[in-house]
Amino acid sequence: MTTQEIYGKLKAKFGEARITAHVENADGDSWVVVAPAAMADVGLFLRDDSELKFDGMQCLSGMDWKDRLGVVYHLYSYSLGHRLVIHVDVKRSENPMDASLEEVASVAAVWPTANWHEREAYDMVGVKFSGHPDFRRILCPDDWEGWPLRKDYKVAEFYRGMPVPYPANEDLDAGGTWVFKDRFGEDA
Amino acid sequence: MSEKSVVPEGQYGGNVVVTSVDKLLGWARGNSPWPLGFGLACCAIEMMAAAASRYDIARFGAEVFRASPRQADIMIVAGTVTMKMSTRIKRLWEQMPVPKYCISMGSCATCGGPYWQHGYHVLKGVDLIVPVDVYVPGCPPRPEALLEGLMLLQEKMKKDQHFLKRYGREKLGPKEKRAA
Repeated sequence: MTTQEIYGKLKAKFGEARITAHVENADGDSWVVVAPAAMADVGLFLRDDSELKFDGMQCLSGMDWKDRLGVVYHLYSYSLGHRLVIHVDVKRSENPMDASLEEVASVAAVWPTANWHEREAYDMVGVKFSGHPDFRRILCPDDWEGWPLRKDYKVAEFYRGMPVPYPANEDLDAGGTWVFKDRFGEDA
Repeated sequence: MSEKSVVPEGQYGGNVVVTSVDKLLGWARGNSPWPLGFGLACCAIEMMAAAASRYDIARFGAEVFRASPRQADIMIVAGTVTMKMSTRIKRLWEQMPVPKYCISMGSCATCGGPYWQHGYHVLKGVDLIVPVDVYVPGCPPRPEALLEGLMLLQEKMKKDQHFLKRYGREKLGPKEKRAA
């Protein structure tokens, strides 16, 4: 089935409030835009419907569109051989250190692949998911602040007392050695 | 040599060598440095090659990669030190018994390597958290380079006067005070 046909099928099933748009751009790519709260139900329908049978999730990406955050799902049906791209737009806060204002319904129960992908989208871009079985950061340490792959991410000066950015010239002494005090205890 | 020898002449049939404690310990330590077996990135693959039969790190007595920091003498930081790993490395280092030595293997461990500018997650040199004795440059260094670094470290280990530093005169204070 084409994206256009799948869009029609989804809209008939879920209505315009939850399946908000079908977009086709100049490059010939097309996708369906789904409301964040509806994603789990839509995912289950896409997987189990006999005409759709999207049994494979190829990728789940967290996105930073600057004015909003988002998630992009790439789905594939092994049995029927067709593909679908789904976009979910998520409201973001003005403060870059905050996670997303909206939560996307988790599809980890529909496609187990999504479990770690959703955690990565949260870790890197700060998109929150609801209904995830083990929702926490996956790559960065648990006490990390901020969302590294956002466009407006600023690298922190220190992490647990360790300097993060490479030293600027004023941090170097005349011999070119990095001057960073209290590195070791007295016994080292 | 003073006129009174510390070894009574003829008593041990000539099979006696007199040396300082530090030289003896340095000789023993330097010829069997046990590395802590952990690798962080592609440098670890070269470290494994150095340990395998072709390069054979056992020729220098350093083939006993220990799974526990409490049994290790040297720490080979082989690879990219991420911020998440750096706290663990610090802890492993603190768990190692003194005397302990550190080899920083490869560009990443030495200065952040290719992550020096945009690596928000990479510590720009493991020498910010542990004292490094030998830096091995390369990306990654070949096993020969690691072996050269190990040989340099062995020289240092053999010269190290750890016993003197710990129990020497400066540590214990002047003679008059020691008697009291």
